[in-house]
Amino acid sequence: MTTSQRRCAQVLNEALLGLFATREDVYLLGEDVLDPYGGAFKVTQGLSDRFPERVYTTPISEGGLFGVAAGMSLRGLRPILEIMFGDFIALGFDQIVNGISKFREMYDDQVTVPLVVRTPMGGRRGYGPTHSQSLEKLLLGVPNICVVAASECHDLGGLLVAAVEDDRPVFFIENKLLYGRPNRRPEDGLVGELECRETGTRYPALSFSGNGFAEASATIVTYGGMVPIVVEAATELVLEHEIFCEVVVLSQLLPMELEPVLESVARTGALVTVEEGTLTGGFGAEITARVQELAWNDLRRPVLRVAARDGIIPAARPLEEAMLPGATDVVDAVRAFEAVRS
Amino acid sequence: VSELATFYERMYFIRRFEETLLDLFAQGKLVGTTHTYIGQEANAVGVIANLERERDVIFSNHRCHGHYLAFTDDAFGLLCEVMGKAPGVCGGKGGSQHLCNGNFYSNGVLGSIVPVATGIGLAEKKKGTGAVSTVFLGDGTLGEGVTYESLNMASLWRLPVLFVVENNLYAQSTPIALELAGSIPARGAAFGIEIAELDTTDVLEVHEAAAQAVRRIRETGEPYFLVLHTYRFSPHSKGDDNRDPAEIEERRKRDPLLVGGRLDDGERRAIEDACERRLVETVEAAEAAPAAAPVAA
Repeated sequence: MTTSQRRCAQVLNEALLGLFATREDVYLLGEDVLDPYGGAFKVTQGLSDRFPERVYTTPISEGGLFGVAAGMSLRGLRPILEIMFGDFIALGFDQIVNGISKFREMYDDQVTVPLVVRTPMGGRRGYGPTHSQSLEKLLLGVPNICVVAASECHDLGGLLVAAVEDDRPVFFIENKLLYGRPNRRPEDGLVGELECRETGTRYPALSFSGNGFAEASATIVTYGGMVPIVVEAATELVLEHEIFCEVVVLSQLLPMELEPVLESVARTGALVTVEEGTLTGGFGAEITARVQELAWNDLRRPVLRVAARDGIIPAARPLEEAMLPGATDVVDAVRAFEAVRS
Repeated sequence: VSELATFYERMYFIRRFEETLLDLFAQGKLVGTTHTYIGQEANAVGVIANLERERDVIFSNHRCHGHYLAFTDDAFGLLCEVMGKAPGVCGGKGGSQHLCNGNFYSNGVLGSIVPVATGIGLAEKKKGTGAVSTVFLGDGTLGEGVTYESLNMASLWRLPVLFVVENNLYAQSTPIALELAGSIPARGAAFGIEIAELDTTDVLEVHEAAAQAVRRIRETGEPYFLVLHTYRFSPHSKGDDNRDPAEIEERRKRDPLLVGGRLDDGERRAIEDACERRLVETVEAAEAAPAAAPVAA
């Protein structure tokens, strides 16, 4: 298997092993992370056998663990905290809002808090209302943290290493479906049939086009676990409807990286935001607000948001499927633009 | 200079510093809030005299001025911080409850600080510094669940954390009978943590008990739970006090500053005069300092 074909969980695992081998200050804390279990999603497998002194399996105490990781990072270590399900970050919000995100600025830059919180978000596995959410939207309103979303087309190892080397607190959002999928890196500038460009930033954004970034009908901006769904939608739009879109996949959600979006919107004049989380007050809402401020003259029509319905994620698969956004929703949103145009 | 004289000077200075803050508030020279340490001085001074400023770490709470002064002796930095002046120890960004100076930290959400201090203990243990991570809690903090997560982890992972519970009998305005069930020391013991409990305002006794605690932590590398029963004479914050004045008067018979009576009169007066002079100079310097100003973006 080439690098680009390895499964995402394995790529993340190898990055962790590499980090532990090269940096003495990296620690891992999490529930059930010891071998042979190696974490609920197996991303930490092999770490505790090789680095037993730096891997802590923990009590089920997420609120406390966020604080422990904060304390370690205040004193010069670089802890990685694995939160088994993204839903459980709710237990850490006091630490996130009143400690981790504040220490550096409120202590007048006397300290840094270089910790990484890794956690899987997302549904489509039938886990039900408290084990399926995409709660990264709650982090997007917290100043002074960095939110990074991994996608199957990103250099996952590079992203994780960058997060650990970042002096800011980084929330590294993974996705449950991502783990089992191949890490589809661009080869010769292509991912499948799509041309792919990548920014040179610390947490790069990817842009995809099916027609060489020539004129297109809309820009679709997304991240994380929605990437394969959006790519499927973009492909369907070309094949079934002869509509070309550009797809921008952000990895740095906060501070929000808008340059690649604005650049694409300048070409397409229309924007659809796509996220798996619920609609209100989310990723799309923030992007929409910013893009209309900065690119009003480029926009031919209102920005549309595709997101989950504002409600719970039911356990039964047909109910869950109806709740979460799918390729059809993305196709419909783009086609709605075309309907307006014609 | 005797140990008692040194401790008396520190306690007296903390007392007068806090009274001065309340005066400055009354004069409208301070805004925001403060939580004074008046009445609890023997705890900060007695405990912290056992810690090494260059090695050990303290995480304190909203009522942090006494701990800060006992550890850093930085009255000017603290007063400027509370007054919103540029030379404040956090440039005026933190204010009264959010201090950081070297190995001293404080934060304003109860309970929030306890796991952070536990993580500091873990880091120092891993770095092999031999440091003790001390965290100051109160009876009110024992209402926060994350405190117990922290006790569990500190014991489980054998971390050099000194948990100091200053039980001043009130969580803001709520008397302990309405906020706490069961026993305070049993909370530490339940996690297999060595405990000591003291009901005294005598700084020498607090010092001795804390010395034993710090010695045990340095020997074993394991946590220690020190319960200090105490009382604050001042309101929770500035003017919010509904306690029976007679209760407060009764407690004043055990004012920690009464140990000054054990000193020679001349020595005691010299200490007090020196503190008063230092305080006046500190206030003058802080008042003359420039206000914290936003940096142009």
